[in-house]
Amino acid sequence: MNLIRVIPTLLLKGEGLVKTQQFKNPVYIGDPINAVKIFNEKEVDELVLLDITATAEKRDPKYTWIGDIVSESFMPIGYGGGVKNIEQAKKLFDTGIEKLIINTASLNNELISSLAAIYGSQSIVVCIDVRKNLLGKYQVYTNAGTEKHKISPDIMAKTVVEAGAGEIIIQSIDREGTMKGYDLDLIKMVSEIVNVPVVASGGAGTQDHLREAIQIGGASSVTAGSMFVFKGKHRGILINYPTSNDLKNLFK
Amino acid sequence: MISIIDYGAGNLGSIANMLRKLGNPGIITSSADDIAKADKLILPGVGNFDYGMSKLQQSGLIEVLNDKVLNDKIPVLGICLGAQLMTKKSEEGKLPGLGWFDAEVKKFSFPADQINLRIPHMGWNYVTVQKQTLLTKDLPEESKYYFVHSYYIHANTPEDVMLTTNYYNDFASALNHDNIYALQFHPEKSHKYGLKIFQNFLSI
Repeated sequence: MNLIRVIPTLLLKGEGLVKTQQFKNPVYIGDPINAVKIFNEKEVDELVLLDITATAEKRDPKYTWIGDIVSESFMPIGYGGGVKNIEQAKKLFDTGIEKLIINTASLNNELISSLAAIYGSQSIVVCIDVRKNLLGKYQVYTNAGTEKHKISPDIMAKTVVEAGAGEIIIQSIDREGTMKGYDLDLIKMVSEIVNVPVVASGGAGTQDHLREAIQIGGASSVTAGSMFVFKGKHRGILINYPTSNDLKNLFK
Repeated sequence: MISIIDYGAGNLGSIANMLRKLGNPGIITSSADDIAKADKLILPGVGNFDYGMSKLQQSGLIEVLNDKVLNDKIPVLGICLGAQLMTKKSEEGKLPGLGWFDAEVKKFSFPADQINLRIPHMGWNYVTVQKQTLLTKDLPEESKYYFVHSYYIHANTPEDVMLTTNYYNDFASALNHDNIYALQFHPEKSHKYGLKIFQNFLSI
């Protein structure tokens, strides 16, 4: 059997980690290296690291910092944020990341194909950010949720997989940070159309939510932010993660 | 001294860090002299087979690697693409591999109705020991490792299969032949389970 991955997503902003809600209102969480050390102890499956302001600030990823974070990690890391070309991708893989996550640059199918040819599809992940419009239709966004596109999430997923992407993170901006549960319809829409692993993102607040994304949404894996950095209804900051026994029972 | 071979296709930092944690950091090197002096080698690698093989050819290290591995028979550990490069050939590319194993690399393929079986095989999975070696000594119970690959190694010599993993079918997730060890998964990203493998490799 192939075990379901439960992946904490850490958001980098300024010098530290933050957590947002619906891509807004970043709250400071702490130091990423410290968080990685705690996640090591908890034997976390994998981490996603997203620099949420790199694209907006029109700057390169912070390679040295990413390298420092990755060096502490005995679990695989996917990095996303500000990646537009092969040179940046090379520098990032040199820091020791396992996977490159692209969002804004995912509209560039040639870039996806070139990256897949060099690093293998398994290392190239496309994160598709989605909002529901007033008519209830799903729309794809890039640039940290600021730029809207006419393409629907399922067609977007199909296109980037054909170009060479080996994994899709499907993220509901509406649910992000709300802890109210994933958008299962959205996850289903994408996981039914592609044959690469689909990671559900946006909205997880409980272990039941994680299970729903797999069993109802058809996702291969799940990622969550708030759930692994906050504890209790007052959202006190506490880095946490289910035990491997909890996870085993959860997905049984 | 352990040499971690840097031929431009690998995530070497995490391997070096795990070895450092075990108190034997080794060196990351692309120098034939360093490799000639090494008493153990690690051949890492991620990416496409032909890309990795052509990088290895361009590095000019193949001759010294063949000499150390096949003549001096020092322990060598291939990881992920590094493991696949140790075979004769791959369906992913046209270039011949190093040919240290009588094995070839094949693409996963599953019946069309198996929609839940994604390619690449990505994530944590268990291993079953088929052949006890110094590398598999005292592995923790239910050892699991991190995999990311679309192609798998098919051993033509069944005695070379050290570990198997199930992904629809059982495939060889690790091979061993004499001093040569090949791992399809990433021990450097597999917490205590990977640490144990490196510890075993250090004590060979």
